[in-house]
Amino acid sequence: MAVQLESLPFDPAAELARFESSLPVGSVGASASFVGTMRNHNEGDEVTAMMLEHYPGMTEKQLEEVIADAAQRWDIIDALIVHRTGNITPGDPIVLTAVCSAHRAAAFDACRFLMEALKSRATFWKKETLANGQQRWVENNTPG
Amino acid sequence: MAIKVKFFASLREQISEGLEQVDATGIQTISDVWERATQTQLMPERVLCSVNLEHREPHEAVSDGDEVAFFPPVTGG
Repeated sequence: MAVQLESLPFDPAAELARFESSLPVGSVGASASFVGTMRNHNEGDEVTAMMLEHYPGMTEKQLEEVIADAAQRWDIIDALIVHRTGNITPGDPIVLTAVCSAHRAAAFDACRFLMEALKSRATFWKKETLANGQQRWVENNTPG
Repeated sequence: MAIKVKFFASLREQISEGLEQVDATGIQTISDVWERATQTQLMPERVLCSVNLEHREPHEAVSDGDEVAFFPPVTGG
């Protein structure tokens, strides 16, 4: 079970490969992952950049608790959350969640849970820069 | 005898001259910390709070040495 905050761009495929290769060979029957990337539009406006602020210490703790909750609810073998911080641009990966389990239901359901739980609990805040140079804080999460 | 205070994101920009530390004397709840740290600025409706890195409600108790944070709804992921 691991949580990683990345202040620079990360490669979800490479992170996923590293995560899966760390598991005992033959134990995993299912692997589910989700990657969230930055859009170039929000609420009808063109967005050119975004800053992801977080609360060092609390953010990691909340993400670890999200993984612990998933491990209590589903029979999972391992889980990973990677999340960006700092300045990002459209197309950049923001978040990767991944879950490995013996059977597919636990992997699918726990992976979805990690995303929804982190969106409501983990202390991150987005400030976006619009095409006209204006900056604004994102006030609400988009519905799933 | 002090409580550490942090403000994040839009709230940090909204609160003018928010204190990073307040004297713990007479402080019982998170709301008391807000009042002292912001010098009685009105608490916006959607403010969330934490004590020692755990989500809490404004009426909950704090102690000397705690770290209290105030922030808007989270928007990660």
